[in-house]
Amino acid sequence: MTTKPDARSEILARVRGALAGTDVAPVQVPRGYRSRPERLDRSGLLTRFVERVEDYRAQVTRCAEADVIRTVASILPTGARVVLPPGLLWDVPGVADDGFTATDLDGYAAVVTAATVGIAETGTIVLTHGPGEGRRALSLVPDLHVCVVRADQVVADVPDAVRLLDAESYRGRPQTWISGPSATSDIELDRVEGVHGPRTLHVVLVS
Amino acid sequence: MVSTGSTTRGGSTTRATFVGMPAFPAAARTALADSQLRANLAHATGTIRAKRLHVVSEVDDWEELRLAGAAIKDNTLRHLDEHLLTLETALTARGATVHWARDAQEACRIVARVAKDNAVDEVVKVKSMVTQEIGLNEALATEGVAAWETDLAELIVQLGDDLPSHILVPAIHRNRAEIKAIFERSMAAAGRPAPDDLTDDPARLAEAARLHLREKFLRARMAVSGANFAVAETGTLVVVESEGNGRMCLTLPEILVSVVGIEKVVPTYDDLDVFLQLLPRSSTGERMNPYTSTWTGVTPGDGPQQVHVVLLDNGRTRALADELGRQALRCIRCSACLNVCPVYERTGGHAYGSVYPGPIGAILNPLLKGAGHDPQTDSLPYASTLCGACFEACPVRIDIPSILVDQRAKVVDAHRGRPSVTGVAMKGAAATLRTGRRLGLAEKLTPLGLRAARLLGVAHRWTSARDLPPPAAESFRAWWQRTDGGRDDDQA
Repeated sequence: MTTKPDARSEILARVRGALAGTDVAPVQVPRGYRSRPERLDRSGLLTRFVERVEDYRAQVTRCAEADVIRTVASILPTGARVVLPPGLLWDVPGVADDGFTATDLDGYAAVVTAATVGIAETGTIVLTHGPGEGRRALSLVPDLHVCVVRADQVVADVPDAVRLLDAESYRGRPQTWISGPSATSDIELDRVEGVHGPRTLHVVLVS
Repeated sequence: MVSTGSTTRGGSTTRATFVGMPAFPAAARTALADSQLRANLAHATGTIRAKRLHVVSEVDDWEELRLAGAAIKDNTLRHLDEHLLTLETALTARGATVHWARDAQEACRIVARVAKDNAVDEVVKVKSMVTQEIGLNEALATEGVAAWETDLAELIVQLGDDLPSHILVPAIHRNRAEIKAIFERSMAAAGRPAPDDLTDDPARLAEAARLHLREKFLRARMAVSGANFAVAETGTLVVVESEGNGRMCLTLPEILVSVVGIEKVVPTYDDLDVFLQLLPRSSTGERMNPYTSTWTGVTPGDGPQQVHVVLLDNGRTRALADELGRQALRCIRCSACLNVCPVYERTGGHAYGSVYPGPIGAILNPLLKGAGHDPQTDSLPYASTLCGACFEACPVRIDIPSILVDQRAKVVDAHRGRPSVTGVAMKGAAATLRTGRRLGLAEKLTPLGLRAARLLGVAHRWTSARDLPPPAAESFRAWWQRTDGGRDDDQA
């Protein structure tokens, strides 16, 4: 009596069968894109980051370290309910996340978080959801996301960001790459900002 | 449009189906007659082509990125079994449950069982090509589980009891007025109705979708997604999106099931640095898409605490066995080839009779199903002018034109021994051309034959798109004989 092979063994056997006789010598992967010449100095890079974030119709405010709390407070609408991740370095007004349900979070108008990386080339901020950034739902459900990025976190391009995020300390942690407010091009391919994610993204760049 | 069925169970199950679609030439004729469709498509593909060109031209080393993307995928495919096992180990170590599915039915059964085991009767869905490929929504519906599409275009298609017609923008064939009408007609039956003062302003339509879906996001206990990439080394899955519906589904529910085609695997996390440059610029024509989410099994205290991954074959190993065609498995579903295709721009996606339309669909469907599977699939390799624009646009350098030609040969091979119009014509030609005498006789009869063909209308399939040339007054051979090869021509 023969038993039917399980799906796993059968798929693996099919893969091996399909590759039988194939030359499996590796193809060279060109990696020149990982060492692109630096075209911009530090201040040029930050300017590009700001421009590219603004291109997505997100707002950007630049301020000094000492002014972060005041700047964030001025961005938050008066009387808005604000939720904050544990471990946020700046003592801005708001309620600390206490394991709120999604419905609870829906009652908050804004969230303030830090970030791990900013990418100048694409105007992207990356959250790795550790201290100061909070669990993923926190920066998703409220309609306004204020994100504080330090100038020294801004890298030139995507390969630089991936290299940084490949570090052991980020292994296994979820990541959210954010480029502007939520958007859609599903109606006649016209871009509309503001769908399910935060409809307003305000980046505070600290230098 | 091509919709054939009716909506049941509160709008959650659509019975529109690609099953039984006519072959491409017939379906294309219907599509070409729809001037609204052609106007919608011309506008949409024109817009996206310009955007893509703009952001691609910003990247000096674009060609190198394409080569890198192709090489990474090729290297992975050559050791696919090893990478799948690495992926399984990494996922399991991170608390995910890994399932394997040979075909669509098996994959649907697995997803349905997870829903049943958790007493779930509705799921929210991230836009995913693979769950459309396997007909998951329909399968879940027969199990009493409602599947809610949450991507705006998918929502438009689902509410309209329609079929997707583009990989990135499944409702590309609909304009804003049509979308407004669909929302007003169908939202109420599926949940929160469309606002009374809805207009056809895209921003207002997007807001209506936000309001309609938010209650579903907040209450859903289970989500189903696909994945753009699966990192073998770390067990990390990646979803690339724009609206935040993906983040909602991947973050808020307790249970997450991701159906992942086995070709989605990349070896290491740092390989993503190529694809996260290639995909957004090729797909939506942006430097970066608004949201990219990555997750690795279960993260305690953050997101779904029950995570399943279904690794799906469903024809991929068949494609892998095709030495030329296996490069189609590099595809990252960006849809750039659709947007540049002169055939797609005119017929739209429905004519291809599959969730994978356009140039990539014209090779992927026959590769997944095999030549000779059915007449509709066999017609797809011919749905092309072989102009090569798709190859130029492809971010992972899939040589679609060469595969199309190869697939045409395979279709012919699959039908060998069966009579066909071409086969009979070719046999006739072979017999006629065998001797000069037969050819001479044929030439004498040609004017008569052409006239008869015109009168009887038997050449209609040829002449509907082309002119039938008038017969020459005298054949070349007859002229040669009469004038001794032109020497006596002036005496004629």
